[in-house]
Amino acid sequence: MQDVVEVRREPRSVEEIRGDFPILSRQVHGKPLVYLDSAASSQKPLAVIEAMNAYYRSSHANVHRGVYEISEEATEALERARTKVARFINARQSKQVIFTRNTTESINLVAYSWGWANVKAGDLIVLTTMEHHSNLVPWQLLAQRSGARLEFVPLTPEGLLQLDVYARLLEQGPKLVAFTQMSNVLGTINPVKEMIAQAHAAGAVALVDAAQSAPHLPLDVQELDADFVCFSGHKMLGPTGIGVLYGKRELLEAMPPFLGGGDMIRSVSLRSSTWNDLPWKFEAGTPAIAEAVGLGAAVDYLSALGMDWVRQHERSITAYALERLQTVPQLQIYGPLTEELRGGVVSFSLADIHPHDLASILDQEFGVAIRAGHHCAQPLMEHLGLVATARASFYVYTLPEEIDVLVQGLRRALEIFQV
Amino acid sequence: MSMDYREYILDHYRDPRNYGRLENPTVHVEDSNPLCGDQVSMDLLVEGDHVTAVRFQGRGCAISQAATSMLTEMVQGKSVQEVVRLGKDDILEALGIPISPARMKCAFLGLRVLHKSLVLAGLERPEHADEHDDEL
Repeated sequence: MQDVVEVRREPRSVEEIRGDFPILSRQVHGKPLVYLDSAASSQKPLAVIEAMNAYYRSSHANVHRGVYEISEEATEALERARTKVARFINARQSKQVIFTRNTTESINLVAYSWGWANVKAGDLIVLTTMEHHSNLVPWQLLAQRSGARLEFVPLTPEGLLQLDVYARLLEQGPKLVAFTQMSNVLGTINPVKEMIAQAHAAGAVALVDAAQSAPHLPLDVQELDADFVCFSGHKMLGPTGIGVLYGKRELLEAMPPFLGGGDMIRSVSLRSSTWNDLPWKFEAGTPAIAEAVGLGAAVDYLSALGMDWVRQHERSITAYALERLQTVPQLQIYGPLTEELRGGVVSFSLADIHPHDLASILDQEFGVAIRAGHHCAQPLMEHLGLVATARASFYVYTLPEEIDVLVQGLRRALEIFQV
Repeated sequence: MSMDYREYILDHYRDPRNYGRLENPTVHVEDSNPLCGDQVSMDLLVEGDHVTAVRFQGRGCAISQAATSMLTEMVQGKSVQEVVRLGKDDILEALGIPISPARMKCAFLGLRVLHKSLVLAGLERPEHADEHDDEL
């Protein structure tokens, strides 16, 4: 086999990767920052910060209609970023990548535009009980206005979807199914490829909330055969204010516009207008150009690491975290206990200590940043019988030593609360 | 700034004062902090111009529950005039530790419920109660 001579770069060490993230060398409360909240928002490598900086320093102008040099450069920078994202998720064409503000806006775009054109009174929309509010509330709004019904795939005690219930719901012929590829609370990775195939067999359109998965798993929208895929830049090393809606071309072509305004039109008269081509039909107003450039740099960075490496690294960190956390007395982990079935997100509770108290102690005595609360998934919290959990989440820069600091902090919290 | 969980705070959390319900309260009010789900409900019994009894129930973090427990001690048996004047400074003084900005809402949840109760009982003008609400 001639593969043996293939040039493969050595994977970089996590220590070396950390050197790319300026914020990771700062201190909080006199302690080195231990950032375990990447599921909420990731930190940014220099490559992203500098790409945005360079864009503003040398090429900024408004895009698409300028006939001068720097406007053309700005337009090219925006469209090059789109192409990078399209390749990153293996979209067939760049025009299938629509820039939005974030996952939430992407889902709302589909709920309003596709939903209004296609969902009627009595139609069924199937969701799951593990959805983030952003993949729940837009459908509630659509259901309230259209008279459509919502049904939910419940969870097993381990935190997996009850796929037998999903199959039964599909028999009712839903118009749309929408589910997350990875739970932001339980870390559960759902079998989306199979679920999409089943949805299509039942005649439903399938939307995937990839806010948690796009940053952490290899994502191939064609292999998944997903109709819509939504994710955010800021969770995948990119800046805030930029998100993506991927859609199948025929669906996007048939959809009416979402927001009206500049850039999304072909021609405008006083009483009517015609629409621009994809993707611009859905990008009204001046886009987030620098943020798109930043996202382009982020997917370059992730591609250089390799998404298989990213997944592998997070699997081992998650396995280590699951093992170490289970040594803490009175600590309860929610969701699957094997790293195969989950991403780098671990929600837990500790004795009767409220997650906010835990988070304060970890922050102030150990410099550890975790999230505490309902994680924008109140129905899931209710299912777990909880008001809030503590959540630690990991990314390409997370070290096992940081898990050790977390565990040390949790033991200290037990002491303080005299449990 | 460091928030340390002093023993007396944990004592109020573990063993809250004036916990429970009143049989015939003058007013009952519940509120919650939408960000973290902390909940507090409060019963006040007002007789003449005094708050003669107060009870609260709640669930949430040590800061929100201890602060409410401490607040009830400041309310019990006091004149309405005194109770209306209770404000954020009184809570912070009772807690006696620096409260980080993110946790201020926890610390003041009970206070908010108290002033809502006073408004509902017609003992405080709403615009006065608002002064205790969120501000910069």
